[in-house]
Amino acid sequence: MKITRAEVEHVARLARLELSESELDTFTVQMDGILAYVDKLNTLNTDGIVPTSHAVPMENAFREDTLKDSIGVENAVANAPKHAESFFRVPKVIE
Amino acid sequence: MKYQVVIGLEVHTQLTTNTKIFCGCSTRFGSSPNSQTCPVCLGFPGALPVLNQKVVDYAIRAGLATNCSIAPRSIFARKNYFYPDLPKGYQISQFDLPICLNGHLDIEVDGVTKRIGITRIHMEEDAGKLVHADVPGIGDDSCVDLNRACTPLLEVVSEPDMRSPDEAIAYLKKLHEIVRYLGICDGNLEEGSFRCDANVSLMPVGSTVFGTRAELKNINSFRFIKQAIEYEMERQAEILDEGGKVVQETRLFDPNTGTTRSMRGKEEAHDYRYFPDPDLVPVIVDQAWIDQVRESLPELPDAKRARFSADLGLPEYDVEVLTASRELAEYFEETLSLFPQAKVVSNWVMGEVTRALNDDGKEITESPVSPAQLAELLKLVEKGTISGKIAKTVFDEMYKTGKKPEEIVAEKGLVQVSDTGAIEAIIDEVLAREPGQVAEYRSGKDKLFGFFVGQVMKASKGKANPGVVNDLLLKKLQG
Repeated sequence: MKITRAEVEHVARLARLELSESELDTFTVQMDGILAYVDKLNTLNTDGIVPTSHAVPMENAFREDTLKDSIGVENAVANAPKHAESFFRVPKVIE
Repeated sequence: MKYQVVIGLEVHTQLTTNTKIFCGCSTRFGSSPNSQTCPVCLGFPGALPVLNQKVVDYAIRAGLATNCSIAPRSIFARKNYFYPDLPKGYQISQFDLPICLNGHLDIEVDGVTKRIGITRIHMEEDAGKLVHADVPGIGDDSCVDLNRACTPLLEVVSEPDMRSPDEAIAYLKKLHEIVRYLGICDGNLEEGSFRCDANVSLMPVGSTVFGTRAELKNINSFRFIKQAIEYEMERQAEILDEGGKVVQETRLFDPNTGTTRSMRGKEEAHDYRYFPDPDLVPVIVDQAWIDQVRESLPELPDAKRARFSADLGLPEYDVEVLTASRELAEYFEETLSLFPQAKVVSNWVMGEVTRALNDDGKEITESPVSPAQLAELLKLVEKGTISGKIAKTVFDEMYKTGKKPEEIVAEKGLVQVSDTGAIEAIIDEVLAREPGQVAEYRSGKDKLFGFFVGQVMKASKGKANPGVVNDLLLKKLQG
C-alpha cells in the first residue's frame, strides 16, 4: 500500500473535505493506484539530474516597482458572498 | 533542576517597496479597507502573480549585510492552509530553495561578543488582516481587509543560538538596525513592519540535547520579547520540574498579562504541503547582480561606529547616540563635512538639535535646521561673532523661523562684544554697584570672581565675549 486510509482522511481534513466512509474507501484505493503508477518513475536513474520545479524553461520574470491602479473597493467586494461596508464579511474564527 | 534556555528567532520584516510583491497595488499603511487590492492580491481565479524585482534586490541587500550566501537559483513555493485573511488558500513563500543561506550576526552582551547564526532569509507575501470592526448589523461575523495581502516580507530565520533573553534582544536590535540602515524596512514594530516569533525551549544545564520548544507569536516590542521569553522559561521549568512534558505548540503572547497562552486546535496546521508555485519562474541571481547590489550598500552600523571612534576620536557614548539611526548619523556627517570639528558637532547634534526635535516630536529628517545651517552657526561661534551661549538662542530662533543664523544675529543685534572699551565700561558699572562684594573679593574671597563674571554677562545681555570679560575683570579687581 502506498497510502493508508488514515492518511487519506488526514489529507481530506487539511483540504476541508468531508468524506463519507464509503468515499474514504474508494479514494484510498484510487489514490493508492495513482501513487503506484507514479512510482514507476523511481525505476529511472536520476543521479545528477536537478529536480524539475517548473515545466517551462523560463527564469527571472520581473516587474518594476511601479504603482498600478487598484480595482476599487466596490469591485473588490462585488463577488463576495457577504460584505459589510468595505470589508469582506466572514464567520468568526475561534482561536 | 537548573535549566538552560535555548532561543531561535524568526523575524518578518516588511519591505518598503512602493508596490506589493506580486502586483502593482500600493503597500501604504492605514488606507481605507480593501482600497489597495486587485485580482492578484484578492486571489481571484486566473490572476497571475509577477515578482517585483525590487524585492529581490532588497533580499540580496539583507543577505549581504548579514553575511549570507546568495543562492544562484531560488524558487517560490505554496504554503497551503486555510484562514480568512489568506484569500488564495495558500501563501506564496520560499521553502527548500530560499534566496539567502548561512549568514550570521555578531552581538555583544555584557562586553562579550557572540556569533548568532542565520539559517536563511526568504521572500514571501504577507496575509490580509482580520478585523473585529464595529460595523452595525454584522453580529458575530468578522471583517477582512486585504490591503496588506501580498505585501512583501523577508523572513529572517536564526539558528537556535541564543542562550538568554538579553542575547535575543541584542540580536533583534542588531537586525532591526541593519534593515533600517539598508533602507529596506521602516522598522516600525507597532505597525507590524518588524515582527518577531520566538522559539523557546529548555534543557538541563550541561546538556546538549534541546528540549521541546514552544513558538511564541504576537510580540510587537523589544520589551515584550523579553517578557514573553522570561514567562515561557518559568512556565516550562515548572512543567519539567513536575515531571511533565512541554508540548510543541504555538503560543500567543498577551501584553496585558505578560503571559503566553496556547492557540488551540492548530495541531494539524503545521502540515503545509509545500510545493513549487508553477505561476512563478525560478529567480536566477548571477555574480554581476550581487556585485551591483554590494556596491549600493550603505556603510553598516558596525563599520560606522568603528570609524566614528577610531578616525573621529569620539567617545563611546557619542558614537552610540549618533549611529542609533542612519539618518542621525548622516545629519552629523553632513554637518561635520562643513565644520570639521567632530566633538563640537557631536555636542550640538546630541544636545540642542536632538532636544529641539524631541520637544517637537519630530524626526531628524524633519529638522527645520539643516546641517548646512547648523554648520554656519558653528562657524559664527568659532569666528567669535557670537558667544556659545548666544548661539543656543540663535539656534532656537533658527529652529522656529527657518532663518539663517547671520540674519538672526543681525536682526536681534546679538553680535558678541569683544571691544575692550565697551566691556570695560560695563565692568566699571558693575564694580561701582557692588562695593561690598569688591571689598570681600579683595580681602581674599576668590570665589566671588564667578559672581562678577555673571553680573557683567547679564549686564551685556550675554553678548560680551567671555574671554575678554575674564581678562579685564581680573585686571580691574586686582588693580
